[in-house]
Amino acid sequence: MPPGERKAMVRMTYREAVRAAVREALHRDPRVFLMGEDVGAYGGCYAVSKGCLAEFGAERVRDTPLCESAFVGAGIGAAMGGMRPIVEIMTVNFGLLALDQIVNNAATLRHMSGGQLSVPVVIRLATGAGRQVAAQHSHSFEGWFAHIPGIKILAPATVEDARGMLWSALQEPDPVLIFEHAMLYAMEGELPEDAGAVEISHAAIRRPGRDVSLITYGGSLHKTLAAAELLAREGIEAEVVDLRTLRPLDDETILGSVTRTRRAVLVDEGWRSGSLSAELSARIMESAFYELDAPVQRVCTAEVPIPYPKHLEDAALPQPESIAAAARRTLGERHG
Amino acid sequence: MAEFRMPSLGADMEAGTLVEWRVRPGDTVKRGDIVALVETQKGIIEVELFESGTLQELLVKPGEKVPVGAVLALVRAEGEAVAPSVAAPAQPPAPPSATPPTPAPSVGAPPSARPETGVAPPAPSAHRPRASPAARSAAARLGVDLARVSGTGPGGAISLEDVERAARAEAPPAPPSAPPLPSPEARRAGMRQAIAAAMARSKREIPHYYLDTRIDLERARAWLREQNERLPVAERMLPLVLFLKAVALATRQFPELNGLWEGGAFRPSRAVHLGVVISLRQGGLMVPALHDVTEKPLGTLMRELSDLIQRARRGALRSSELADSTLTVTSLGEPGADRVLGVIFPPQVAIVGFGSVRELPWVVEGRCVPRPLVTASLSADHRVSDGHRGAAFLARVERLLQEPEKL
Repeated sequence: MPPGERKAMVRMTYREAVRAAVREALHRDPRVFLMGEDVGAYGGCYAVSKGCLAEFGAERVRDTPLCESAFVGAGIGAAMGGMRPIVEIMTVNFGLLALDQIVNNAATLRHMSGGQLSVPVVIRLATGAGRQVAAQHSHSFEGWFAHIPGIKILAPATVEDARGMLWSALQEPDPVLIFEHAMLYAMEGELPEDAGAVEISHAAIRRPGRDVSLITYGGSLHKTLAAAELLAREGIEAEVVDLRTLRPLDDETILGSVTRTRRAVLVDEGWRSGSLSAELSARIMESAFYELDAPVQRVCTAEVPIPYPKHLEDAALPQPESIAAAARRTLGERHG
Repeated sequence: MAEFRMPSLGADMEAGTLVEWRVRPGDTVKRGDIVALVETQKGIIEVELFESGTLQELLVKPGEKVPVGAVLALVRAEGEAVAPSVAAPAQPPAPPSATPPTPAPSVGAPPSARPETGVAPPAPSAHRPRASPAARSAAARLGVDLARVSGTGPGGAISLEDVERAARAEAPPAPPSAPPLPSPEARRAGMRQAIAAAMARSKREIPHYYLDTRIDLERARAWLREQNERLPVAERMLPLVLFLKAVALATRQFPELNGLWEGGAFRPSRAVHLGVVISLRQGGLMVPALHDVTEKPLGTLMRELSDLIQRARRGALRSSELADSTLTVTSLGEPGADRVLGVIFPPQVAIVGFGSVRELPWVVEGRCVPRPLVTASLSADHRVSDGHRGAAFLARVERLLQEPEKL
């Protein structure tokens, strides 16, 4: 490409980006197939796989019964047998029904077989609140899954990552869970026409700053960026770190940022107690204690089942204002 | 030359410990600036200045405990010549006549406010300066004595920047080490004592009389609901704001309830500064003032009320907010009790109480219907007002609450 020339850019939604990733995988690798509730005839609960059944046929785009344990188990079996299944779970809330398959089989078989068995399955799950669908469809359990050794957890927060993480996940020899925040599906972004796979081992600094590190992932990234914007108006330069990969955590990027700013605010849509943010906080304390200028702050979801009414749901979740307030608390006199 | 003295931040405050100066000699200061943090039995209070000019000299060092009225600093008015230094803190004059109270008139629970963080940070250790880990490791590296560094971080903690600044600065001779600040337990006990002293004095000196009346909140509640639907969540109003505004407006016709009893006589106040009883999670309570309640629209009052509650619980109230209430309101909120008969907060002469709002049977035009009712009460000083006037006052509050749109 001649210098100065930009690649052609296309606008697409997060949903379209995931669909493009699924289609690419189905085209590129005959071992790949998609399986889950309503992924075929209905086009996916979030319309991610719309049109895929017509394009690839019922062999490769498979509707399953409403039984997470069974079809996740089937996906694990297919992966052990040499396939590269993409299993879609409608929401992580229902993913709990498949927790036994994920923990006791997917994450464990390489260990128990002495390395003879691989489970290269990719499980996609919607997560998160904000759509007024009440407690049984709104929780953020990715922090629980990030507790499990033997699997990799991804949380694409941008259209680029939604487009690029799936292919990289399919190249992994072990199970990968991809958490897609349901509020992001309609988000638009711009991508190079030939956008493809992205690396899945590192966190990304989405906005550089020197005063405080705001560390987050998934659906909370955009609220955190909005908080950084609020803070910028007060002269506070916040750095926003997007974890991208929740397991294994990219300690180097996280600790590097905290070491530069000496202050950290963790934003996590999960509940606070025993959460991913608790793990991050502990790691910062273990490895960057002598770099800190203020206690680590956490902004998490209120410890209640996610409420149905809009104003209560909003009040329960991290919001730009509460994130900005937590950042100010780390700064003391200058901005306290 | 104006003298900036240790203010009285409560009826029974005798002394305070200077925690930190926020200004330095030579700084230009103006009335209302927060110049120091003072530790009292009620916690650490930001103290404001009442003079404008140039700060000439600081006479008290952080950590020193001095009596109320002791000169803390000298302020030179504009154009005034530089005066010779004063060697030691002057003896305090007789305690100022206006010693408005801080402690606790009743058992009322305040409206609830969400905590910003789940757990309150522990108070600074008694024996070490509060400093961040980064500041400590830098201090060790640079050979800086943390006891000589003043902190600008959260809660006044010493940050890395503070240490680096101190290391750069010419090191002055070390002052004698400051006495340790009281522990949280001692501070809680101190607050309890302050409440005990003010309440005992009230019951000893003030001949209370008590009245209460039921108020139908149907219209107020409906109006509030309608307003709140149009407001963003963060700006929604609590019924307490209506109560406060109604009480403040009602005092216009009943000046004998709004003011201070001082030197054996009552002085009514033109301004209505309502003390709002805020209970603290760890026990005890604070009664900061909402200023000029009659002059402010409801939205402004709600914002200021939320701010007061949050700062009271964080321990970041300003001296003027603790010193100038003219009448106190206590509200039980939810969950609470049907009514509260408050203990007057000397030198004020009345306290208005609101019980919890309850759905109860109420007779309207001959029919019994469920209505949200609240019991409003008045405890007043019989030296200043009589029951007949007190009853008319409560009736006025009730009438004002029937027309919430006019508040």
